[in-house]
Amino acid sequence: MKTKVAIIGAGISGASIARVLSRYENLEVHLIEKAPDVGWGVSKANTALIHGGYDDDPEKYPMRAKLCIRGNRLWHQWVKELEIPHVWNGALIVATKDEDFDELEKLLERGRQNGVPEMRLVDRGELFHLEPDLTPEAIGALWVPIVGQIGPIPAVIAITENAVANGVKTHLETEVTGIKVENGEVRGVETKDGFIEADIVINAAGLYADRIARMAGIDYFEIHPRKGEYWLFDEGLPGPRRVLFPTPTPISKGIVVTTEISGHLMIGPNAQDLPQEEKENLSTTREGLEEVWEGAKKLWPQLPPRSKVIRTFAGLRPEPSGGDFIIKAEEEVGGFINVAGIRSPGLTSAPAIAYEVAEIIQRDLGIKLVEKSKWNPYRKEISHLFMMSPEGVNEAVKRNPSYGKVVCRCNNVSEGDVLEAIERMKFIGVKTPSVDSVKFRTKATTGTCQGSFCRPKIVMLLAREYGVEPWKVTLKGKGSEIGVGDVKALLRGDA
Amino acid sequence: MFPGIPMLNYDVVVIGGGPAGMAAAVRAKELGLNVLLLDENDYLGGILPQCIHPGFGLHYFREELTGPEFAARLAKRLVELGVEYRTAARVMEIRNYSDLEKVVIFTSPSGAYQAWAKAIIYAAGARERHAFEIGIVGDRVAGVYTAGEAQTLMDIYGVMPGREVVIVGSGDVGLIMARRFALEGAKVKAVVELMPYPGGLARNVMILRDFDIPLYLSHKVVEVRGRGRVEKVKVVKVDENLNEIPGSEFWIEADTLIISAGLVPSVKKLTAIGVEIDPSTGGPVVNDRLETSVPGVFVAGNALLINDLVDYVAEQGELAAEGAKEFIENGGIGSRKWIRVEKGENVRLLAPHRLSGERDVYLYLRVARPMEDVELRIPEVGKRVKLSLATPAEMLRVKLKAEEIRNSEKLTVEVVRE
Ligand SMILES: Cc1cc2nc3c(=O)[nH]c(=O)nc-3n(C[C@H](O)[C@H](O)[C@H](O)COP(=O)(O)OP(=O)(O)OC[C@H]3O[C@@H](n4cnc5c(N)ncnc54)[C@H](O)[C@@H]3O)c2cc1C
Ligand SMILES: Cc1cc2nc3c(=O)[nH]c(=O)nc-3n(C[C@H](O)[C@H](O)[C@H](O)COP(=O)(O)OP(=O)(O)OC[C@H]3O[C@@H](n4cnc5c(N)ncnc54)[C@H](O)[C@@H]3O)c2cc1C
Repeated sequence: MKTKVAIIGAGISGASIARVLSRYENLEVHLIEKAPDVGWGVSKANTALIHGGYDDDPEKYPMRAKLCIRGNRLWHQWVKELEIPHVWNGALIVATKDEDFDELEKLLERGRQNGVPEMRLVDRGELFHLEPDLTPEAIGALWVPIVGQIGPIPAVIAITENAVANGVKTHLETEVTGIKVENGEVRGVETKDGFIEADIVINAAGLYADRIARMAGIDYFEIHPRKGEYWLFDEGLPGPRRVLFPTPTPISKGIVVTTEISGHLMIGPNAQDLPQEEKENLSTTREGLEEVWEGAKKLWPQLPPRSKVIRTFAGLRPEPSGGDFIIKAEEEVGGFINVAGIRSPGLTSAPAIAYEVAEIIQRDLGIKLVEKSKWNPYRKEISHLFMMSPEGVNEAVKRNPSYGKVVCRCNNVSEGDVLEAIERMKFIGVKTPSVDSVKFRTKATTGTCQGSFCRPKIVMLLAREYGVEPWKVTLKGKGSEIGVGDVKALLRGDA
Repeated sequence: MFPGIPMLNYDVVVIGGGPAGMAAAVRAKELGLNVLLLDENDYLGGILPQCIHPGFGLHYFREELTGPEFAARLAKRLVELGVEYRTAARVMEIRNYSDLEKVVIFTSPSGAYQAWAKAIIYAAGARERHAFEIGIVGDRVAGVYTAGEAQTLMDIYGVMPGREVVIVGSGDVGLIMARRFALEGAKVKAVVELMPYPGGLARNVMILRDFDIPLYLSHKVVEVRGRGRVEKVKVVKVDENLNEIPGSEFWIEADTLIISAGLVPSVKKLTAIGVEIDPSTGGPVVNDRLETSVPGVFVAGNALLINDLVDYVAEQGELAAEGAKEFIENGGIGSRKWIRVEKGENVRLLAPHRLSGERDVYLYLRVARPMEDVELRIPEVGKRVKLSLATPAEMLRVKLKAEEIRNSEKLTVEVVRE
């Protein structure tokens, strides 16, 4: 008899848990997500850093302190197994005032406590050797070489694909509306599409983890949204080689200046607390964006002109009461595990969170986990025309001519890449065709022109492959359809 | 250089199969050059096949055509002459080895190729400015399209993007899209223009009256709100310095926001080989044969500067082809000296930038602000041309004869009151 596990939320936490649990013979794992695709919650919009694990105080936030550094180490392995885009470029926490060194010393000490390797203070000379275009005000920095960056949604996708390949079942566009508890034990989850039986329910619902917990009768914490906004610039503009942080203040890690993995200069985030009911408020604001601009300028005075901005966006951190990650089996409700309040550094910690959950299942729920004799740790990245040599293109077109046909001209994405992305979408159970699903798998529409050339082409490919009318293809799920009908629909009066 | 991929050889490779590229390829062939035309789309014509309105070709074909008709005429000529062309062929990279040795690497459904050429004509057109670039904040939702994207959806793929539309920008493209939407039964709720005057030609501004569409001058769209799809957009009034006037904000409900805020020449493949760019046109600095700062690399059409008339685009294509011919025959565009052309009062941008004085030339320019009863003057040579109206919306074109300018060092072009 297999133990049935329902994981609520296919963000970086839920997906990582699914992957780790897919290793065990005696578990049947269901990954349940309300969005049309994986990784569209908090995991979609963040700074994408694999943090160094030096800043969380192990006294105050023991889970964060422990899991961040462990997560960082695991990512070094996961990005290879799963072919996740990444760069290990290190971070500099920059001092501009003498007093800043007190804080940097503290971070260095905390890093040692948390087990962070190879950190050290660098003086002005070495700092400018590492990062020549930094603000001339900089006087030294803390250098943390193990910091890196990944593609957060590509990571969720890769992890989910691997989990599915290892037997995990996904339920996308399936919103959990209730948790069935009988005699103090979970029995399963109610969803808009029916009941899913489960012996173990794992609540990895991001911003909504408090709501899900309440469905199981647990109400000792709340999650409130804290907004962070970003500017992203066109490629080819000078950005730093390392991740640059200002020296943190008691309230904030500060605004980061970095060149993200696709080579775009990115600045952000600020931090603005929003009321409980604004968990969907992902709009950018003038004030927030200006705050980011001013903050970034302090580290990187040569910000490009505003005309070089290709996108602004915002993310919401799920801030828990108490501030630490809440990862535990709840005693009052047997089989219910909270993975809640996974705020920053949740992306970094995710693989470690997943192992933590496996341990909780063994230790606290008393289920002996039996490893599969054959578990596949590997997953292949889809083809990317932009990574192919001309010879490689000629190999690829022998398989399928569409690999030679460019769809997105800014990022050199081929029709073949898009078709593969659509195949992968179907593989993990994406039901509603959306341009964003293709975007996160291929990088199409994320370049200089932001999709004005390629979006219609992608819409047509999605329409064909999903067998729907082109106007029913969505940007990002139901309610975001590309059009209202065929071009004569309004004149005929039937749209 | 690329041992693994097939090698092709031409005198000229033309990049881009819009009107500029087609006209260039046709002319190059007529001049006896061995030419290859490449375009990434599945069809020739560039943006013309999606411009189904009339207004094309009055100068070039001496009759008024639609965009697809104009494109078809050029394409027919191309085919009749037997010009070699490939569609679905995207140029990935240009390499410049020496004056007469250039390589264009392109991919296509039959694979990647290296096409060697003595000269290159670059006619890759332009891209549109998008919502983020013009500082619009708020939600990232469906229903925000550039004008060209909406046009592609409607006129290439037959998709109606939305029901209630707000258009940003009153240039010709914005106005034509306003009409296009209205003709298909959508409600165009507003055209919003930052400047105190409309950006398009008078005949296109008439569209607004014909279809009863409100025009908000000195206003800008600053924010979009919606869940899945646009629900409303925020508009604010600006003063004469384009600063927002506090308290003047209002919302317009709409499900579609069309951004028609201008075009930017596509020049990344050129900057990658060191071509010098003029910040005011956004295109390359060129001489009177439309040769860029890299010898043997010519440019035409919207990649050179944003044109409003396709006729000028085609004319530039032909000129570039003539330049390529001369370049190949003489091993370079020879000139003993170059006459610099400079922007004077009320001239926002102009091209070409350097003249030989050995041949007649057209200057293309745009003014900075609209003015009536003006004169275009080049004081150095005493040239004066009367104009009843000069607006930024309309590109001015003046012919200079070789003998007029031959002895100058420098020409300053200004558009001033009589
Ligand atoms: C501005 C910002 C910057 C950040 N920077 C970093 C960083 O640089 N490094 C780092 O390590 N971390 C960073 N983080 C934190 C990191 O992004 C999060 O910790 C992480 O993404 C949380 O992942 P998750 O899987 O727990 O939540 P989510 O990604 O939100 O996943 C939860 C999923 O549950 C789904 N769900 C919710 N309710 C239901 C329901 N009723 N039924 C079904 N499904 C449901 C949601 O749709 C969602 O997909 C940042 C966060 C923000 C906002
Ligand atoms: C909505 C609208 C309305 C207009 N109305 C009028 C009008 O009424 N009258 C008028 O005269 N003019 C009008 N114009 C202007 C005129 O159509 C343009 O100026 C003209 O089409 C520009 O031609 P082009 O050849 O420079 O560029 P495009 O037509 O843009 O052609 C460039 C081509 O190059 C291809 N390309 C780019 N990069 C590569 C690469 N690396 N490899 C291969 N191929 C590549 C592109 O796919 C494209 O097909 C209008 C324009 C628009 C947008």
